[in-house]
Amino acid sequence: MPDTQIDDYFKTYPDESGHFGPYGGRFVGETLMGAIYELEEAYKQYKNDPQFQAEMDKDLADFVGRPSPIYHAENWTKKLGGAQIYLKREDLNHTGAHKVNNTIGQALLAKRMGKTRIIAETGAGQHGVATATVAARLGMECVVYMGAEDVARQAQNVYRMKLLGAEVVPVQSGSKTLKDALNEALRDWVTNVDDTFYIIGTVAGPHPYPAMVRDFQSVIGREARQQMLNTTGKLPDALVACIGGGSNAIGLFYPFIQDKSVAMIGVEGAGHGLQSGQHSAPLSAGTPGILHGNRTYLIQDTAGQITETHSISAGLDYPGVGPEHAWLKDIGRAQYVTVTDTEALDAFHELTRTEGIIPALETSHALAYVSKLAPTMSADQSILINVSGRGDKDMHTVAAMAGLNF
Amino acid sequence: MSRISECFKNLQADGQTALIPYVTAGDPEPWVTVPLMHALVEAGADIIELGVPFSDPMSDGPVIQKACERALKNDVTLDSILDMVKQFREKNSHTPVVLMGYSNPLEAMGYQKFAEKAQVVGVDGVLTVDMPPEESGEFKQLMDSHDIDTIFLVAPTTSAQRMKKIAEYAKGFIYYVSIKGVTGAAALEINEVTAKLEEIRRYTSLPVGVGFGIRDGRSAAAVAQVADAVVVGSTLVRCIEEHANRPQELPAAVASLLAEMRHAINARDLASVSA
Ligand SMILES: Cc1ncc(COP(=O)(O)O)c(C=O)c1O
Repeated sequence: MPDTQIDDYFKTYPDESGHFGPYGGRFVGETLMGAIYELEEAYKQYKNDPQFQAEMDKDLADFVGRPSPIYHAENWTKKLGGAQIYLKREDLNHTGAHKVNNTIGQALLAKRMGKTRIIAETGAGQHGVATATVAARLGMECVVYMGAEDVARQAQNVYRMKLLGAEVVPVQSGSKTLKDALNEALRDWVTNVDDTFYIIGTVAGPHPYPAMVRDFQSVIGREARQQMLNTTGKLPDALVACIGGGSNAIGLFYPFIQDKSVAMIGVEGAGHGLQSGQHSAPLSAGTPGILHGNRTYLIQDTAGQITETHSISAGLDYPGVGPEHAWLKDIGRAQYVTVTDTEALDAFHELTRTEGIIPALETSHALAYVSKLAPTMSADQSILINVSGRGDKDMHTVAAMAGLNF
Repeated sequence: MSRISECFKNLQADGQTALIPYVTAGDPEPWVTVPLMHALVEAGADIIELGVPFSDPMSDGPVIQKACERALKNDVTLDSILDMVKQFREKNSHTPVVLMGYSNPLEAMGYQKFAEKAQVVGVDGVLTVDMPPEESGEFKQLMDSHDIDTIFLVAPTTSAQRMKKIAEYAKGFIYYVSIKGVTGAAALEINEVTAKLEEIRRYTSLPVGVGFGIRDGRSAAAVAQVADAVVVGSTLVRCIEEHANRPQELPAAVASLLAEMRHAINARDLASVSA
């Protein structure tokens, strides 16, 4: 990677029209163009507004419980016999995942923009819950689109959203998972564009979403960078995070981008194995294309049709990935690897038993990779993992794998 | 002059409005598409909009979504659609054909390769729903150099400033999306459409077509009074869906539906000429 590209990174990406190199951009129908410019203007205005920032910081502290701690996983470190392992505890946030960092920001923006209705897509249901939560608090109408298959495998989160007053709409089209929920949310937005704010749950969608969601999630990396310096006196040697759309990963990575000594590793879902074709790893096994408003790596056939993905974890089951990750891959600043369903499940049990922390299945992908990486490193090195969420929502899936049914 | 511009010139000389049917290529079966195109021309189509199916048609309602799914089950690809156009051109060299769809199938083929092939088989225009002028720089250059018109959308939410930009990029005609919503979602408001068309015409001398909310002869005739072209999609595709199990009967059924609209439009065109 050319060093200058990294030295100027914060100033350079994205460009004025939302591009990260060839990736990103604004590929939406004309009806939405006005709305995304309106959003971009509002975001630019409030991004540097001290009052807006103060309101957000207060919510993140008092409502979400930030800063989330970093935890030295000493048992697991000892067991793996290599690098020191630190966990950034996003699982301790209110609602149980990193998703709420972003919904707080976007909901405050929606309020300032005078929107009265909120829509969202969700896969695992974590983003849906985080959206329903902020909508309840702000007294806004909330509709969450969720693939019918995900509604079935994340029943508990569906009920949580309903308790919070959201309407959950099961999406029956296509593969009935996250990508179809996104399609349906975009269709809703086109129809109700005047009063509706679309809270996208990851670094996908047209500009300004990938940059805006990254900025809202960057609180993870900003805190973690300082916490590592305070605790260990130096920066970690590697950051590891799972990749669905890529929001928890970019949130951790972004503040470290110019720290060239810090390796950044994103872990995609290999599902039943990359060879099987049943996976959700566009960066590792996909090709560039255009979907959901931006150009990025996609899982698609040679004719440009999006093909079905698979992952044990609903939050990773998406054929695309944030455009900034596509760019970080191409310029070599971040590395992307994969972990199978089985490996993730093993890591889920491993962390639960050794550290008393039950992680989300999404997070378990990052953990599984670290169980391979840590032993290759020395004890004076450290790895920081983003524990993007807790596993409560996955009890059903994990129990079913063991032949149990609630 | 492009085949599309010539078509509009001739119609305008006769005081007529263009009728543009939309059908998804390969729906419900690939062999149906070319005979259906011929039947549509016979029933009064002036231009044919051929949908390129996509797995994730974000701007389309359930009717066209299902059409995409039916077509994709038959492994219809951009390549096979270009073959359909080639076949159509064996018997028809005058009716313009516009491909309408999403960016990714074009991206997958490569813009350069697409431009070359499309020009050779006789494609006249391309409307890429999710590629606004902002993102179409390279694509538009290639279409221009291969004499293919780039058709862009204007929506009820389009600002005057954007209209100006769109007018700079557009060729052939401008397509006004008459409702806030996906295809087939609602009926249009003729007064709103009339006002918006007036505004659009301040920025362009291109013909302006109207689509997305036209369901029957009545709405087609009403729109024909103010627009240069009437685009009918979901209504025809619904008819295709109903005949999916009887594809032999399908071209005639869809054509007779279109013929009704043609009659309704012509009757109004005549009435307004004599009035
Ligand atoms: C706990 C958790 N981690 C990770 C993800 C993946 O999303 P992203 O890659 O945007 O962080 C999800 C998505 O639902 C999630 O719930």
